[in-house]
Amino acid sequence: MSSNKKYWKSVEELNEASAIVKALQDNEFVTEIPTDEFLGDKEALESSSTTRRDFLKYVGFTTAAATLAACEGPVVKSIPYVVLPDEIVPGVANYYASTMTDGFDFANILVKTREGRPIKIERNDLAMNGGSVNARVQASVLSLYDKNRLTGPLVEGSEVSWPEFDTAVAQKMNEMSGKDVVLLTQTFASPSTSKLISEFTAKYPNVRHVVYDTISCSGALDAFQNKYGTRALPDYDFSKADVIVSVGADFIGDWQGGSYSKGYAKGRMPKNGKISRHIQFEANLTLTGAKADKRVLATPSQQLEILKALTGGSASGLPENIADAVNKAKAQLQKAGGRALLVTSLPDVASQTMALNFNANSQAMDANKPLLTRQGSNSEVMNVVNGVVSGSVKGLITVGVDPVYSMPNNTEFAQGYQNLEMSLAFGMKQDATASMAKMVAATPHYLESWGDAQLKKGTFSLVQPTIRPLFNTRQFQDCLLRWTGNPQKYYDYIKDSWSNSILAGGSWNKALEAGVFASNAEITMEEVKPSTEGAASMEESTSNGALSTLFQEGGYEMTLYTSTGLGDGQQANNPWLQEFPDPLTRASWDNYLTMSQVDAEGLGLVNENVSNGALNGSYVNVTMGDVVLESVPVIIQPGQAKGSVGMALGYGKTAAIQEEMQTGINAFPLYQNFSDVQKVSIEKASGMHEFACVQLQSTMAGRSNDIIKDTTLEIFNTKNIKEWNAVPEVDYDHAPVEVRDKKADIWSPFDTSIGHHFNLSIDLNACTGCGACVIACHAENNIPVVGKDEVRKFRDMHWLRIDRYYSAGETFKDEIEMSENLPAFDSYEAVETPAYENPQVAFQPVMCQHCNHAPCETVCPVAATSHGRQGQNQMAYNRCVGTRYCANNCPYKVRRFNWFLYNENDEFDYNMNNDLGRMVLNPDVVVRSRGVMEKCSLCIQMTQKTILDAKREGRPVKDGEFSTACVNACETGAMVFGDINDEESEILKKKEDDRMYYLLENVGTKPNVFYHMIVRNTSEA
Amino acid sequence: MLVFLLTFSTTIYSQDEAAAASQEAPADAAGGDVAAGESLFKANCAACHKLDKKAVGPALRNVADLFDKDWLHKWIKNSQGLIASGDAQANKIFEENNKMIMPPFPGLSDEDIDNILAYTSKPKAEPKAPVADAAAAGGASTGGGGVSNGLVLGALALIFLLLVIMLYLVTNTLKRIAEANGVVYEKEEKEKRLPIWKAFVQNQFLVMVFSIVLILVGSYFAYGYMMQVGVDQGYAPVQPIHYSHKIHAGDNQIDCNFCHSSARKSKTSGIPSLNVCMNCHKNISEVAEDTATEEYSKEFYDGEIAKLYKAVGWDAENQEYTGKTEPVKWVRIHNLPDFAYFNHSQHVTVAGVACQTCHGEVEKMEVMEQFAPLTMGWCISCHKETNVNLANNEYYAKIHEELSKKYGVEKLTIAELGGIECGKCHY
Repeated sequence: MSSNKKYWKSVEELNEASAIVKALQDNEFVTEIPTDEFLGDKEALESSSTTRRDFLKYVGFTTAAATLAACEGPVVKSIPYVVLPDEIVPGVANYYASTMTDGFDFANILVKTREGRPIKIERNDLAMNGGSVNARVQASVLSLYDKNRLTGPLVEGSEVSWPEFDTAVAQKMNEMSGKDVVLLTQTFASPSTSKLISEFTAKYPNVRHVVYDTISCSGALDAFQNKYGTRALPDYDFSKADVIVSVGADFIGDWQGGSYSKGYAKGRMPKNGKISRHIQFEANLTLTGAKADKRVLATPSQQLEILKALTGGSASGLPENIADAVNKAKAQLQKAGGRALLVTSLPDVASQTMALNFNANSQAMDANKPLLTRQGSNSEVMNVVNGVVSGSVKGLITVGVDPVYSMPNNTEFAQGYQNLEMSLAFGMKQDATASMAKMVAATPHYLESWGDAQLKKGTFSLVQPTIRPLFNTRQFQDCLLRWTGNPQKYYDYIKDSWSNSILAGGSWNKALEAGVFASNAEITMEEVKPSTEGAASMEESTSNGALSTLFQEGGYEMTLYTSTGLGDGQQANNPWLQEFPDPLTRASWDNYLTMSQVDAEGLGLVNENVSNGALNGSYVNVTMGDVVLESVPVIIQPGQAKGSVGMALGYGKTAAIQEEMQTGINAFPLYQNFSDVQKVSIEKASGMHEFACVQLQSTMAGRSNDIIKDTTLEIFNTKNIKEWNAVPEVDYDHAPVEVRDKKADIWSPFDTSIGHHFNLSIDLNACTGCGACVIACHAENNIPVVGKDEVRKFRDMHWLRIDRYYSAGETFKDEIEMSENLPAFDSYEAVETPAYENPQVAFQPVMCQHCNHAPCETVCPVAATSHGRQGQNQMAYNRCVGTRYCANNCPYKVRRFNWFLYNENDEFDYNMNNDLGRMVLNPDVVVRSRGVMEKCSLCIQMTQKTILDAKREGRPVKDGEFSTACVNACETGAMVFGDINDEESEILKKKEDDRMYYLLENVGTKPNVFYHMIVRNTSEA
Repeated sequence: MLVFLLTFSTTIYSQDEAAAASQEAPADAAGGDVAAGESLFKANCAACHKLDKKAVGPALRNVADLFDKDWLHKWIKNSQGLIASGDAQANKIFEENNKMIMPPFPGLSDEDIDNILAYTSKPKAEPKAPVADAAAAGGASTGGGGVSNGLVLGALALIFLLLVIMLYLVTNTLKRIAEANGVVYEKEEKEKRLPIWKAFVQNQFLVMVFSIVLILVGSYFAYGYMMQVGVDQGYAPVQPIHYSHKIHAGDNQIDCNFCHSSARKSKTSGIPSLNVCMNCHKNISEVAEDTATEEYSKEFYDGEIAKLYKAVGWDAENQEYTGKTEPVKWVRIHNLPDFAYFNHSQHVTVAGVACQTCHGEVEKMEVMEQFAPLTMGWCISCHKETNVNLANNEYYAKIHEELSKKYGVEKLTIAELGGIECGKCHY
């Protein structure tokens, strides 16, 4: 039976006479193939001598030639030095002590160089007061190899030679004589530079020097200067404080230059059953707030009231819960007496004075030897800005600052700047200011420069070059020497001034070798007048001074902050820092507005995860006066005070920034009066922003006994260990046994008793989540940068990540109870949603746990990952075929897959795609190719080197010699690495400590990385 | 014919040797013992003086004719003393030579000095034209020898070809004669048989056996081919400067570590920087006559030293550095892949492995070549066989004692110590 059914594709087909149907039936292709275009041109065809056969011949020959060429191995050239410098042995690293002083980050460092290339920044352990070697300092070595750097001096946009440049400047300076010229610089904290600048201003009396700190500390400086006479910041030793109360101050972050995490962590590790008590009042969730024993939400205006109440006033005007917390805190502060410390970040002089007076008797504050790392005065800078805008300032020389980008009224300022008679910018890049300046002096990176610094009174440091300048650059100080007619080089100048005053008979070479030198020499730094005059205008007449605007009705109180990754934005073109996930939001490649859940709901803003897990968020427009920031993405931040918002400065740079790294929105227009607290109004804008957030799951879903254990000091001191740090149990013969019991082990154990056996210990009480280890790991292990789109797909390559967990309940303990008590089917959502109001927060660095029973090793079909006798889980990249079974079988999710070729690939145009950027690669670690798995190796190249050094010297390895990049980077001492077969070792003591536990121990993987649980001091009395 | 050729070439070689030997006859001169003078000169003077060229000090050929003998004795024994005494001639010479101080030689007796002067007065040897000719002839004859082998083979082939043609012609002629004589040349009746290839194709068993054999043999050769990809054993590229390890490490017995100094303390052995070459070659601007071989003449070697001077920017005429350098782009011979970590100091200093173990008899290599295959199998087999060098190394003391007890052996191999774990070389 045949069917006569006719199937039709369109109604048109039913019309038998349709021309379209006919045409479609006749023609194979719907549109005409343009053969006529070239076949029609007879002349061209005939004049061509290439016949079809010739064409095929060519194809054949080229294919054959290519194939033959591929058979021959490449010829590798080796070019030795003509004259080998004495200190270089090819293949052996040299270390030089130096100092980073970029005006925002100040740190004493060691620079590791290989064959004359700086490749890594390390801490300088000789420096006792050496600032903080944070993630940005660690990453600064890559900024040296930035391909967007200036290659030579510019006059009117065209490159000139230095002598030509000198002539142009001299001519201009003569023209400017008698007119107001401002030398606007970063804080140098450098005795020699100060001296030099005063010589310069003596030669050109029309030039006045003004220090501009992009992130202002003016209030604190003024307060200190008024009280103690020196323009400086008090230094704090948090380890000497038993009770720490912070009103908004993120002292683990960048507060007042931020180098306090070391002392803080020291006081947070339980010793004799004691740890310090830390109470934090804040609006944004900060690293410091995350570590606090008690965190109280308070908007900036409330913070001011809190500060007043804590320093003697009354807490009556505050909401009940805050008032209660304030009273308790006040009592605790009083009880602690000289071991109490109160710090605040409120920007006004009055608040800072209150805190300063409060701490006057505190052992933890050091006012005799204060920090000199900030010098700027708001009123003076304001004065310059107004002068430039109004035209009274005729010339501006900028050094180390980018005012066109960072001034609050930058559009106005830019116009004024363009009209200046003289504009000279010193800089490494053609940033916003330099691109408008008539003259641009290309300066070297600090790793190519000489210099000195006095970070803290009595502590001097030296900056020395570790590589010959890559480009035709000259440092600011050398320019000044030249322009003041001094024939000396800056190196000789420093050496002279040190020999004359600072060294006091000490050895220059020894000081240079150590990088630091303690001396009581009184160095007259430049005088900056205490800004009483300016303060008056800033403080206004109302009782709340500069902060009075905060008390206006309506709107949101905004706290501007600097992100852990980008800081003030100087290194915005550094892909390591861009890809560094924010420790709290875990978002990379962005800045955003952080907002509380309640406020977001009120405005109808959402954060949602799309199908592949990536995070999207709503946009808002932020308005303050006539400043409008359009389309700012919003992240709903658990722990953000209601009525407050937060936003990071330092983003939104575009000048001399590679396109991929022009991320975020410039928040400096909101930084009015250089105050980090502002009042803004917010309205919803259309569209959704795509974030690159590396953590999808924000809570431990009631499993904090397996992941991050925490307890209170009271329980820790009084209860049996089984109650607060029990070893997980598993069933054996229907009876529970501890998972560490041999019976619970289905594997035959490795013999770990002979030779070295490496373990890594991580103390979660001391870990502040600062992320220096993440960047150190980046630099040491040649980890690629993958870019925002790939990070959004969770394909970030960091071998070491710092997980951040919020509690679903008020605390992690509540969360466990919640998950136990809720009915089975409802429990998950409840415990997977963070408590938005004020959750507990915990950080946990996670890298390969180097399991003794590694799940990854058993599933690899090609045995590319195997176990080493020293405890490492080893990964042979060249053997890996990329099945990714291992990553799937890893309970810790620490294995990283090379989805693409990340080096020499234009699709991933970061440092590994240009010759300059590749100079930072560590020659001892292979650069991985596409399609292979990689992961933490426990820095086997470093342990192997230590072993080899010992072998060569014929001696056993001493404790403390073994290390890894992350351990070296950790300033708080949270990470300890060593050989547990060495009975004297610190790591063995750590392993036997009561707080020790393993991550997901119930899985039975027997890791070689272990953690120390969190202990919080919850005592209210 | 072959015998003739062979005899011929041997004669040429022996003649060559004889000619060379005749040129080596020593030439004596009067006034002192030239031979003794030569050895004294080489021991005491050669560091700064050459006979015919200016080095640190002036050229000394026929110096005895220029100055009074007694004066020369005084000068050589203590030149500074002579200058200080206000001797006009001494001061003049001192000035002329940029006030370069000549160290005193109080140890030389008058007789020694006479011997040295006799050596310097030796007439300059004429360019050894006959030798050069002989060498050229030798070169040609070596070439000739190469050709003669080909000739012999060619001639043989020709002879065989001729024989075949002759055989064919003879049979043809015989056939014709036979036909002419009426001999009936019978053709055998052949049975109609299956062609052999068809029979082969039809026999499935044979086909199968044949294919299996083919596949096995094919895979054997394919495997062999694949496994040698990237293995460059015997790789001896032409270098920008013909540097002879034979002359340096062999003839002159220079220790490998003298130039490759970083092998003791670093992962790389280091290609010596040119300043290391100049430590010696500042004074050695030409090779000795007897360094030249048939393949490489003295002129050739001197030319290579001149290349070094050019690269390092050394002006041999004026004995000074010009500052214009041209780094030498050596062709790297031993190329380990990036993913393999190798450390020289571990092997050289800790294990005490001789360089020759992996690099072969470098001291005999005129042209450096890769001796070892540098494959992973090669590394591992050595690690499995070699015992750990415990001598005076406290690092190993504890671990070796414990491990040898565990394995029940006297001496551990490197593999037993963990030396074949993947992560030890791949990271």
